[in-house]
Amino acid sequence: MSLNKIFSVVTAFLVTFLVNGATAFADGIYKAKPDQLGFMEPATQVMRDIVSFHDGLLIMCFAVSLFVMGLMLYIFIKFNAKANPTPSKTTHHTGLEIAWTTVPIIILLVIAIPSFKLLYLEDVIPEADLTVKAIGNQWYWTYEYPDHDDFSFDATMLTDDEAKAAGHPRLLGTDTYVVVPVNKTVRLIVTASDVIHAWTIPAFGVKIDAVPGKLNETWFNVEREGMYYGQCSELCGKDHGFMPIMVKVVSQEEYDAWIEMAREEYATIEKDNLVRVANLLPAQK
Amino acid sequence: MSDSHANPTGWRRWVLSTNHKDIGTMYLIFAIFAGIVGGAFSGLMRGELMEPGIAYLTMFTSGDVDAAKHLFNVLTTGHGLIMVFFMVMPALIGGFGNWFVPIMIGAPDMAFPRMNNISFWLLPAAILLLIISTMVEGSTYPGVGTGWTAYAPLSTSGHTGPAMDLAIFSLHLAGASSIMGAINFICTIFNMRAPGMTLHKMPLFVWSILVTVFLLLLSLPVFAGAITMLLTDRNFGTSFFDASGGGDPLLYQHLFWFFGHPEVYVLILPGFGLVSHIISTFSGKPIFGYLGMAYAMVAIGVVGFVVWAHHMYTVGMDVDTKAYFTAATMVIAVPTGIKIFSWLATMWGGSIRFETPMLFALGMIFLFTMGGVTGVVLANGSVDVAMHDTYYVVSHFHYTMSMGALFSIFAGWYYWIGKMSGKPYRQFISKLHFWLTFIGVNVIFFPQHFLGLAGMPRRIPDYPDAYHLWNYVSTVGYMITGVGTLVFILGVFLTLRSKERVGDNQWGDSATTLEWTLSSPPPFHQFNELPRIK
Repeated sequence: MSLNKIFSVVTAFLVTFLVNGATAFADGIYKAKPDQLGFMEPATQVMRDIVSFHDGLLIMCFAVSLFVMGLMLYIFIKFNAKANPTPSKTTHHTGLEIAWTTVPIIILLVIAIPSFKLLYLEDVIPEADLTVKAIGNQWYWTYEYPDHDDFSFDATMLTDDEAKAAGHPRLLGTDTYVVVPVNKTVRLIVTASDVIHAWTIPAFGVKIDAVPGKLNETWFNVEREGMYYGQCSELCGKDHGFMPIMVKVVSQEEYDAWIEMAREEYATIEKDNLVRVANLLPAQK
Repeated sequence: MSDSHANPTGWRRWVLSTNHKDIGTMYLIFAIFAGIVGGAFSGLMRGELMEPGIAYLTMFTSGDVDAAKHLFNVLTTGHGLIMVFFMVMPALIGGFGNWFVPIMIGAPDMAFPRMNNISFWLLPAAILLLIISTMVEGSTYPGVGTGWTAYAPLSTSGHTGPAMDLAIFSLHLAGASSIMGAINFICTIFNMRAPGMTLHKMPLFVWSILVTVFLLLLSLPVFAGAITMLLTDRNFGTSFFDASGGGDPLLYQHLFWFFGHPEVYVLILPGFGLVSHIISTFSGKPIFGYLGMAYAMVAIGVVGFVVWAHHMYTVGMDVDTKAYFTAATMVIAVPTGIKIFSWLATMWGGSIRFETPMLFALGMIFLFTMGGVTGVVLANGSVDVAMHDTYYVVSHFHYTMSMGALFSIFAGWYYWIGKMSGKPYRQFISKLHFWLTFIGVNVIFFPQHFLGLAGMPRRIPDYPDAYHLWNYVSTVGYMITGVGTLVFILGVFLTLRSKERVGDNQWGDSATTLEWTLSSPPPFHQFNELPRIK
């Protein structure tokens, strides 16, 4: 086998083994699997780009680690005290020193170009079809739909028994959840009422801190219907591990129907803007 | 001045010590003690994480699940603070730095011996405050559960009890101790080098300590300021970090990481210096590319000050800012690469002896390389959104810290224990210690990459069932490492009880620095006549 061929086989192995380790999701429930070694299956273009960029980085990781390991093993065999009783006195080699300074720079440049492309793709928010607002609280999330009369609801984690009954994975299910339409650009606005939290859905490639007194903005456009899970990703106190995030992605028709239902169900929010602004501020003791 | 050469005995020798070697010894004993406490903390956490559900820490909270959840956060906080401030720094800077920097530059002692004394004795007071903080109210339950980063507002309105104040005071004391230590080292290295010992002839360990203490001197005051602001926000009604009073919670994070990022280089740079000596000694060759090695450390130190916000890619920074911090962070890989390759080149053509210090140094090089490549991955703001605050980050910084820094500490321990005590370490026990630790830490931390990629957040006491397998494996790894640590402690006792003695230069001609010209252990005061360096 030629060197090229070996390389491509190794790469294919690494990519299938580590990167696409997540199994297919026939049931429409998107969460980590017990045998998973890599990322969750991407549900957005952004996450797909993250995964493929990470594939490249992973090859770099393996190449560098194996190169260093290979050199070390070679050195151990060739230059141990038995094999080589009289050490050389070399302490300089300008060419070599220039090489190991410039080659890493070139590798880093090769990494940097796709990295910046992806960074700007993630951060520059396209024209949004709808807006959802998430507010982190100790220890649950409040969601608001400003496009639809600002109805709002709290999403609290289900207990183990409730989650089992509702068919959600333990620690990931919430009593109410975000519903968004498939293939629509969702603008997500995030803040917090007490301490810093972080809103994430790994399958979307979205993670954004919820900071009291600050509005953060991000976006996602989910390509497949299904139930998606995430967990608060900034230490926020005792129940940090117990304020999961659940997003149900549905067809436009189902979404419209849900909005009608939710408007009735959750139409309790104060209309007074001042009160809502005050709600964003940390609770006074 | 006859009393300057007095040999005090009993408790006065230690409590009132102004001798750099005695103070170094106390630092090392302190670091071993703190390392055992910090390691026990991580054992409790790994115990809880071995199986899904909360069933282990409740044994310590009389069955109260909520108290157990908070206890987990207290352990996270304590583990981080203890390992950073009370284990790695005292061992590498206070311990080995105090012991060997004066000797290596041919100086009789540190520049300010009395300040050296207070630098050390502030640390027991500092750790005592931290320990007391775990016993008084934090938020509803005892102890500080903010993580070592103590982000506001979790550390202000989120922790209203006195535990947080005690932890802040603890860090003030530890910080003051380090700043004084830093001043002492800078003055010693700049003013007390023996005749002929120019900066460019200085051993790399001294270079590494010099860069390290500059990082401390420039970053710690910022940290002290940040935690003082926390203190006034908490107690005196200021609102530096409180948005409702016009402050900004993110200001704290910027201040913290302006200190925090140089701090992680503080933890690893002395290890870099130490490993250079060990690789050179056991390869039978002078270090390859000495100047490149020295200035690579300087470069890491300088660039280390302008990369801090890569810890904050998800806080909602401007995209151009993220692009800058991505680029700046990746630059660090270049001087780090120079170091790795120069170590390999030092070994190339050498006559390598695989003594225990060399094993730990080689382990450090390889494992640090692995932590380094995941560092390049995390440097990219674009992929970091998927890894930020997951176990991938935990794995990355433990590969650099728990393996980079800790392995270099052990390497230094075995390299110098003969010099410091005059007694040889045990061959078999020390090699057993190496292999158990090497296998153990890899079994702990390698699977955490998988957990992180699969999305498991950091700092959670219970996890969705899908993450069970690798958490279980990770805890098994902890047990292996734990056995390794017991072997280490056994080795320490056997060494100190040993009747054997080692000569002046245990490692032969290739160990060229000045400590090997002295007796083992060195005299209470060395270099009454300054050595001349050719």
